[in-house]
Amino acid sequence: MGIKSSTPYGKDFGGCGLAGIIDRSGKSVAGNMIVSSLTSMKDRGNGLGSGYAVYGAYPEFKDNFGVHVMYNDAGAREPVEQLLKTKLKLVHAEPVPVKKIHAIADPPEFWRYFVDPPDSMDKTDEDAIDDLIVNIVMDINERIDNAYVVSSGKNLGVFKGVGHPDAIAEFFKMQDYSGYLLLGHTRFPTNTPGWWGGAHPFTILDWSIVHNGEISSYGTNKRYVEMFGYKCTLLTDTEVVAYLLDLLIRKKGLSLAAAASVLAPPFWKDIEDMDPHKKDYYTALRVSYANASLNGPFAILMGFDNGILGLNDRIKLRPLIVGKKGDIVAIASEESAIREVIPEPDDVWAPKAGEPIIVTLKEDAKQ
Amino acid sequence: MGNSIKIDAQGVYYKLLNQKIHDALGNGETDIELTRVNGQRYIADGLKNDIRITINGVPGNDLGIFMNGPVITVNNNAQDAVGNTMNGGKIVVKGMAGDVCGYGMRGGKLFILKDAGYRVGIHMKGYKDLNPVIVIGGNAGDFLAEYMAGGVIVVLRMFGRKNGESVTGDYLGAGMHGGTVYIRGGADRKRLGKGVDVAGITDADRGLLKGIIKEYADDLGLDADSILSERFEKLVPLSTRPYAKLYTY
Repeated sequence: MGIKSSTPYGKDFGGCGLAGIIDRSGKSVAGNMIVSSLTSMKDRGNGLGSGYAVYGAYPEFKDNFGVHVMYNDAGAREPVEQLLKTKLKLVHAEPVPVKKIHAIADPPEFWRYFVDPPDSMDKTDEDAIDDLIVNIVMDINERIDNAYVVSSGKNLGVFKGVGHPDAIAEFFKMQDYSGYLLLGHTRFPTNTPGWWGGAHPFTILDWSIVHNGEISSYGTNKRYVEMFGYKCTLLTDTEVVAYLLDLLIRKKGLSLAAAASVLAPPFWKDIEDMDPHKKDYYTALRVSYANASLNGPFAILMGFDNGILGLNDRIKLRPLIVGKKGDIVAIASEESAIREVIPEPDDVWAPKAGEPIIVTLKEDAKQ
Repeated sequence: MGNSIKIDAQGVYYKLLNQKIHDALGNGETDIELTRVNGQRYIADGLKNDIRITINGVPGNDLGIFMNGPVITVNNNAQDAVGNTMNGGKIVVKGMAGDVCGYGMRGGKLFILKDAGYRVGIHMKGYKDLNPVIVIGGNAGDFLAEYMAGGVIVVLRMFGRKNGESVTGDYLGAGMHGGTVYIRGGADRKRLGKGVDVAGITDADRGLLKGIIKEYADDLGLDADSILSERFEKLVPLSTRPYAKLYTY
């Protein structure tokens, strides 16, 4: 009987796996931690997509937007760099360091650019600056063949591709990174292609999303965000959730909890039973943002510069467990993935369906 | 007493771990203790032997799937789908358990000390002398006993994380057409699924509950009398064949 820890054959089970770790004190957590947590759930994926988000990856460029770009063809680099230089101030450019390994065949090229808004812009108008970055990301993804933006936030690095979580980590040298918030995802694609751009996390600005499940409402959600200028170009349903968050929280000004209630709204029968004030509030959210609610099974983790949000669909069709010890909080698809990094947690629990778990940095953690 | 053996599971892939268990059984071991388990799936799957397995650490999904005989004790939490399609034997979890535990269970016992997740005991069934039993010491999530066709589920709401909350989740017993769910402290009428009703318990119910709770309390070091001191209600299906007309007329 052949017994191997990798499973290129006999694969008959799956369901994506996700993991997140945050140190609320703002201290750096080693990149290897998220790798071992995620790799413990290797069997949830099938090697067709894994990835990591590292918040706090680039302290030396923490005030610049860090734009990671994937090139399926080296010829795509020139027009992207031209665009970045024309619309923004390019502070620093370098290839993302990678290690060539057998497990990762024929990878695309990855570059990262640290950029500032042009001098002509008012530096205090953060919304306009963020809009400019979003537009440039959409422009590259939509117009420039073979170029895809992997991440575009400040002090955020996203590393993803086609491979198992340990292989992708080795390829991108995850051991060289650390951050106060780390996300990871291993993919088992069901109805969209397993390609490099389809690996999670999906990101825009400092939002990053990892997701287990499927967004049955993708068409509605996609058309909704398109009305606000977002373009879904990455051939995977999860992408739209990143844009929904940017739209709901940054543009519409909703709180994290309110945005979570838009994505996974309470059922009408439960709204009926609420007190009048809550009833009005949830009715208004459902009516105003009907096209932003997510239908279908999901467990998602959303990273942002100040923390992490975990959320299940309303009838809990995907697993999500939270564990904590002191300032460290981990959220994952399986408790074992939490215990891989927190062997003796102070507390472990399963959030209820549709109940957002929001964990932010402590006040004094911010630099 | 038979022979006993310890197996260190740290970093051991699930296939190899199950192979080690099979090897131990082949060597005549009847008492197996697994240490440093973390997330290995399918432990004891399909085993028919009359053996005991003690698990230290958190076992992975589908613990005891298709099992028909062994007694498993987990000295910690367990994950999703414990006792999936189990046919006989017993699993005792001295912590909480995840979603879809006891799915399609057709015999044996599943005792959970603390809370259980969503969709526990769905499609559970019984036939003649096969009468599966699940006891949940804390709360259960939504869809408990959905499409239940036989067997017994008992929810105690005593040892979970938030015992003050609703006894069970929403859509309780939706589509249930056989078996019984006993709820300590009474059922929340607003959370019933379609096709079920709430009733008081009879002397026959009380006798059945007493036997189940005594065994549960013994296994978990609890006081059976204090568990049984509270009022119980039961959930019963309105019809044993809710869709008869849909397919036959």
